[in-house]
Formats: sequence, C-alpha cells, structure tokens
Amino acid sequence: MTGSVGVVTPQLIPFETPLDLERGGRLPRYDLMVETYGALNAQKSNAVLVCHALSGDHHAAGYHGPEDTKPGWWDSYIGPGKAIDTDRFFVVSLNNLGGCSGSTGPLSMNPETGKAYGPDFPEVTVLDWVHSQARLADYFGIEQFAAIAGGSLGGMQALQWSITYPARVKNAAIIAAAPRLTAQNIAFNEVARQAIMRDPNFFEGNYADHEVIPASGLGLARMVGHITYLSDVSMGKKFGRRLPRDDRDAEGVNFAVEQYLRYQGEQFSGRFDANTYILMTRALDYFDPTNTESMPLPSVLQGTTCQFLVLSFTTDWRFSPSRSEEIVDALIQAGKPVSYSRLESTHGHDAFLIPDATYNRIFKAFMDRVFRDLGGDE
Amino acid sequence: MITHSHQIPNWITIHSRVLDLGCGDGKLLAQLVKSHHIDALGLELDPAKIATCLDQGLSVIQQDLNRGLSNFNDRQFDTVIMTQTLQAIRRPDLALSEMLRVGREAIVTFPNFAYIRNRIQLGLAGHMPVNPQLPNPWYDTPNIHLSTFRDFEELCQTLSIRILDKDTSNLSGKRTWLGTVWPNLFGEVAVYRLTKES
Repeated sequence: MTGSVGVVTPQLIPFETPLDLERGGRLPRYDLMVETYGALNAQKSNAVLVCHALSGDHHAAGYHGPEDTKPGWWDSYIGPGKAIDTDRFFVVSLNNLGGCSGSTGPLSMNPETGKAYGPDFPEVTVLDWVHSQARLADYFGIEQFAAIAGGSLGGMQALQWSITYPARVKNAAIIAAAPRLTAQNIAFNEVARQAIMRDPNFFEGNYADHEVIPASGLGLARMVGHITYLSDVSMGKKFGRRLPRDDRDAEGVNFAVEQYLRYQGEQFSGRFDANTYILMTRALDYFDPTNTESMPLPSVLQGTTCQFLVLSFTTDWRFSPSRSEEIVDALIQAGKPVSYSRLESTHGHDAFLIPDATYNRIFKAFMDRVFRDLGGDE
Repeated sequence: MITHSHQIPNWITIHSRVLDLGCGDGKLLAQLVKSHHIDALGLELDPAKIATCLDQGLSVIQQDLNRGLSNFNDRQFDTVIMTQTLQAIRRPDLALSEMLRVGREAIVTFPNFAYIRNRIQLGLAGHMPVNPQLPNPWYDTPNIHLSTFRDFEELCQTLSIRILDKDTSNLSGKRTWLGTVWPNLFGEVAVYRLTKES
C-alpha cells in the first residue's frame, strides 16, 4: 500500500541576493542543497516543506542509488501512500544554511577570503533558516505551503514559519519540539560544544588549515547527544547490561552500550562537520519566538493563520510532552486551531523518526485533511 | 453505544464556539459543525479516537479531564459539552465549575442511577446494576460517581449553577413520555443545560 520515492537526486540551488542574518552577519550569496519528491500541481498549492533537525539534511526520503541501503531520515513518513503522500504532495526538503551536506556552510568557500569559512561562518538562527526557505519557495513559485512539517529543531522551524510568514503556510506539523530550550537542554548542547572545542585538533575551528578534524571531540559530542535522543527504556531494551558482542573492539569497552555509543560517535565524526555542529546547537539554544518579539507566546502566536498539529512522545525527555503542551496551550490561549496527541513510545526523542502505527495514523489523518482542503480528489 | 440526546443541537447557537469534553470519535462535534457551523474543539484521551476526529477535520486535543481546564481562558467558549462522562470524573463538582468558567453555558448528560431498572436491580435483587446503561461490573467500571436527577440538581444549587433546561432521553437519544413526566424514575439519561450567568 505504501512505497518508496525510490532513487532521488539532490539539486544545488544558487541564491545570488545577499541575506542579512538575525545576529548581525551577512551572506553575500549562498547555495541550498535540495531534494524534492512528488510533483508540484498547476496551482502550485500542494507543496509541503520538510525541515530537518540538528544533524539532519536534505535527504529526507528515498535512496541515493540502487546500492544505497539507508533511506532518508523521514522515509517512514514520506512516500507514496505514506503520511506525507508523494502521490499528492510536492515535498521540498533542504539542507539548512550552515549545514555540511552541500548547502552553504562552514565548509564552503568564503568569497571574501577565497578559502573555507570554517569558524568564521556567520551565526545563523531558526529565523534566518525560515527566511532562506521562503526564498526557496519563491524559486519554485510556491506562494503558500500546504503544510510545513518537522521534528525537534525541524518542528521549531515550522513554528517559526507560522509566526513569520503566516500567509505562506496553511498547516504546520510540529513534532517532538519545544517553544524554546530549557537550561538543561542548553547545558547538554554546551557539553557537546566543549567536547569539540577541547579537542586538541580543533584549533579554534581552523582544523582544516591543519588538515585534521576534531574527531574525538565531535564523536564525544555525538555520544552525549545520542543519549538524550534515546530513553532509559529503549537503552534498557536494546543493550541492558549486556557485554560487547566481541572483544575485537577498542580497549576499555565493558558493556554493549559503550560499544554502541563509540560506534555512533565514530560514524558521526566521519560524516559531520564540527563547526556546523557548534553552529546548529547555537541555533537551537537561541531559538525563542517570544524573545524575538518580546511578548508571551500566546501573543506571538496571535498572528498565525494556519492549522496546527502538535505531537509528542511519552518517553521523550529531551523535549518532553510537557514542552509540546506549552505550544498547545499557547495556541489554545491564542484561540488557534490545534490538534495534539501525546503518543505512547519507548523510543525517547528519536520516536519522531521511527515507524509507529498510531503516530502514522494520526499524522496521516492530519495530512489527508490538508489534501482534502486543497480540493483534491482521492 | 449511547446515542446523544436529540435535544443537544437545539441548545447550540449557530457559529458559536463549542468545546466537547471527552468528545470520543467526534460524532457530535462533526454533526454540529455541519448543522450549526460551530467553531469546534474536542478533548479526548484515546489516540485512536483522536485520529477518527482528525478524519472528520476536527481539532482535538489529547487531554485528561481530571487535569482540569486550566489551560483554557475564562469564557473562551459559548458552550462546553460533556456527554456521559461526568460520572467517570474524579471530581464532578470541580469539573462543572471549570466548564462554567471556560464556557458561558454547559450541556451535561449522565446516566440516571435512579432509573427504574437500576432501582429494581439494586433494591429488589440486591445487586449493583449491570445493564445497557451501566454495562460494567462494579469492580471494573469507569463510572465512579453515579448520581440521579435529584442529586445533580442539589449539586447545582450548592454551586450556584442555574438550570436553563432539563431533558431526558433513552439510550437511543429519544425522549420517552414516561421519562418526561417522571424523569428521576423513568429517565435513563439525564440531559441538562446550565449556566452561572444571571
């Protein structure tokens, strides 16, 4: 009944108009790495923007080749017949500015110096991402998104969209997110940043000049992050107090969970850029729609015109259900149309990525209504 | 399955804001959206029922009614509905007060424990009633605060709640002439329209 979008090819879209950034920086020009799935209809009314989380990228669904075994990060929910049904919607997914998967970021060439930005890449915020995504919409001729959806930091972008460009978003799906980070959230991000910065190979972000990467720091940052994405229950189920599968691994590994975390850390440091990690965590830390507007959240949401779906997961402790309920309650206070479910899951924060029948049922019911409102036929 | 009283739509104003507490599969709200173009919101605990509400285009929030309605503003709704749920709430008195804080009016329905069949089962047979109106055995029932027309009206008096309308129906939502004449004995389902405004 449901299928895969199959093999997809990303495209690099250049933007030559300078972008002034919220925290004072400026990008003279930039590229966005983008994937699209499905077809844009003649009225250009069936577009869905998918926003990625901290370490995600443009590759949200399908495969990059016939040999590719790992599909995009939200493949469980994007595809023919899936919640975000690519037979109905034109899905746009991008690597955000400052990323390391092809969009302009610390790895890109700074036109002013002729060498990579590195640590000099200007600070970007969720609001900057939203502005850059609006320009991406312009590029495709999309006046208004039928829906904008994302989990975690991606959900925050959907929320920011509803506030910044109310006329350009008809529906917003905000999943496993929070209206702003708590001190505990920021603290975990800071530990991750410190792990990177204290790596002797970091060289204040200029590691490229020394032809090294702060692999151990970045790996450690990922290990800390990864623990906060899982739950006590899911780690207990997956590893318990089991011993490592074999003893060929690095010395000092006593338990299976240690082996797993080290593996995750190594994988991550091989594929992700340390400066991007610092930049993305800072964007998370600074996200606060009430701060930008210096108003309480219900007042900030007063100007929104879209319909909201908010979802949380019971064992998520990075952004617990009560954090999602802050968004829900603010929307209720503002008198805005919102639906909410607190879904049972053992998977912690990662639950938003994992296939689940009830999650899918509710997400799909919402998206089916989004499609019906387009006046589309079944 | 108890059908909602046919009286409820008559008490709803066109284009009004309606909150349904324990909205279930959203049948009543969806009907009122169609017939009265209401601005509808439902609260429901069961995600499966939430999905069914979404299928019908309703907005619905997963919320435990025992947690109260503190996330809603005073007078945010014209009417707050609670059908066949009051008896399953931990504090029906607090629930009623909250309903009439966030809504101008409230519509409440509940099983009348003084219905003749219950009286026979309890009074003559000496058993806690188990029947289509109250299908669960005493040890495994959500209905922890059963009451009668008379009990409910006493509570309304205590809470200074004004009864605007009162009706009774059978389980199919229809009025019976005996129930109308003698609700506390022959009314299966009690149906009230309430306010705190003078």
